[in-house]
Amino acid sequence: MHQRTDIGYLYDGSYEGFLSCVFESFEKREIPPEICAENAPQITIFPMRFIATNMEHARRVQISIPKRMSLEAEDFVRSAFYSCMPGREGSLLAFLRMGYKMGPRVLSCLTDPTVNALFNAARHAKSEAHLLCGFIRLSDYDGILAGVIEPKNYALPLIAPHFADRFQSDPVFIYDRTHAQALFVQDGSWRIFPLEEFELAHPDETEIAMRNLWRTFYDTIAIEGRRNERCRRTHMPLRYRGVMTEFQPKESAVSLLTEN
Amino acid sequence: MDAMEKLQILTDAAKYDAACTSSGLNRAGKRGTLGNAAACGICHSFSADGRCISLLKVLMSNACVYNCAYCVNRRENDSRRATFTPRELADLTIAFYRRNYIEGLFLSSAVVKNPDYTCERMLETLAILRNEYRFGGYIHVKGIPGASPELIRALGLLADRMSVNIEFPSQKSLALHAPDKKKDAILAPIRQIRENIRESKNELALFRSAPKFAPAGQSTQMIIGATEETDRHILLLSQSLYRKYAMKRVFYSAYMPVVSAPNLPVPGGKPPLLREHRLYQADWLLRFYGFEAEEILDEANPNFNPLLDPKCNWAVNHLHLFPVDVNRAPREMLLRIPGVGVKSANRILAARRLAPLTFENLAKLGVVMKRAQYFILCSGRQMPEARIRESALIPLLGSRHVFGGAETPMEQLSMFDTTQEDLAKCISGQI
Repeated sequence: MHQRTDIGYLYDGSYEGFLSCVFESFEKREIPPEICAENAPQITIFPMRFIATNMEHARRVQISIPKRMSLEAEDFVRSAFYSCMPGREGSLLAFLRMGYKMGPRVLSCLTDPTVNALFNAARHAKSEAHLLCGFIRLSDYDGILAGVIEPKNYALPLIAPHFADRFQSDPVFIYDRTHAQALFVQDGSWRIFPLEEFELAHPDETEIAMRNLWRTFYDTIAIEGRRNERCRRTHMPLRYRGVMTEFQPKESAVSLLTEN
Repeated sequence: MDAMEKLQILTDAAKYDAACTSSGLNRAGKRGTLGNAAACGICHSFSADGRCISLLKVLMSNACVYNCAYCVNRRENDSRRATFTPRELADLTIAFYRRNYIEGLFLSSAVVKNPDYTCERMLETLAILRNEYRFGGYIHVKGIPGASPELIRALGLLADRMSVNIEFPSQKSLALHAPDKKKDAILAPIRQIRENIRESKNELALFRSAPKFAPAGQSTQMIIGATEETDRHILLLSQSLYRKYAMKRVFYSAYMPVVSAPNLPVPGGKPPLLREHRLYQADWLLRFYGFEAEEILDEANPNFNPLLDPKCNWAVNHLHLFPVDVNRAPREMLLRIPGVGVKSANRILAARRLAPLTFENLAKLGVVMKRAQYFILCSGRQMPEARIRESALIPLLGSRHVFGGAETPMEQLSMFDTTQEDLAKCISGQI
């Protein structure tokens, strides 16, 4: 029987770090009141113990999920982990404990409060990632395609495979301003690393021309007689538009000349 | 003429085409190439009219030799004309795709000189994209009626989806408004594409490397509201298109009066958007909910009820089949409950295996209780408040005859509000 303790776990914020916490919990036969990432802006009343990321432990937990539950469960845990749900690590630990007991049926427990909350969080993260796959705007900087996003969830790990598969001829760089992380994609593989600050450089002339062509296309394709702001907002909430080319003012070539 | 002006003219001429989907095909990227395709389709933006922008939707040219009354590009219309060269268009597609503006290209064209010449230009564009740039993104191309079968086949081998617009829901309307287009000339390429897709699938079953012909299937489009067909007529036509021609999608485009012509609504009038919306709702019922067109609209009521969506309308007319017990009903019946969609029906089936469902549970599973409450039981019991308000259904039954058939773009009654989900599916045309 696992004991509830009053010492929380602190980890480095990575998925492997979280899985190491799961391992620790099972090894010590204890249930921590909280699991927190070390850089999370959360205040906790519990004393915390730091759990170092152990790749071997993480791997053992990771392979146990498809083995004892299902592949869907693995995808579910991963997506929920990268969501912005507060306290998701604790809920995921509870979910995994349920899953080891119940097996593949655990994903059908949609009415269970823990599973339901995680289900909604995972769905939110996945749908945001899906939208971002379309809404991200890249700019060409001498062959490197770069862009910035401001997502609510940790979208980069969820969108990385899509961009790695799609852009196998050019390197792609995407900066997540919300979480200060960057994704770099090249030759079909990708990695994510922390990056304090990043601003896109000024576009060159071809880039400005392309952006203007896109704006022209965007403005022309709408049928005026069918204008429907509400419908547009439903599909493309305002929060995405801050970094989308078609909603930015035109860059003038003049300001560029003075810059150079 | 510079690129900007060309793009503007040829986008403006293409925007009345409803389809802009990039769905139906998964294709992984390859080393050193650009692009892949996702079966769910990806929307890259939404224009001011709320429609999804997924593909670079342009015409190759708008210099048409035909003179179809309803069309902005008709010969006698006094408008600016432009034509892309294949190279220009391929370069533009790649430049947009690399910046993640688009999912691929949607290429249509007015008929320049003759159908074969037009097809050759389109073919050249696709060949540059696929062979020279090794482009792996999505390509939707229009089959030009009247073009030779060899050219249509060559287009389909480079494209992912092909479509030929049937334009009007009946032969009579077609003869009246598009005298240059013949029914057989339109149906011939549709038939050919169906056959080519079938052959290609058979070959692929035998040889893995057999060439793929339009692997994302075929779609078509018709204009709604310019002519006098009933909704029932249109829906029956769609059903037969899905069955006979194995269409992936049939698109409906509310007629937007932009040119004045005899026998057509006057310019400046409102497009029948509610009617278009109802058709898409019914289309979904045909494809995903196991409905037959004859069930949705019968001969006595051949037009949609403007107040109720087609599924609610059906349920209200078949009250003897309700209420349905969500803990026992088979999937087919769950799908017929207003407020239950395909996803929530699947979730109900999964969740009820573990424990009987309560009304609170259903809301968690994504069932729209506002609508479903009148039609369901949980373990033999009805929702307590639902019974009192059931009388509200009766005035609705009455109103049907008052408003039936008229185009009244009014707010729906709050009890049966269209959900976000409905809107999303209908307007973005995903899947």
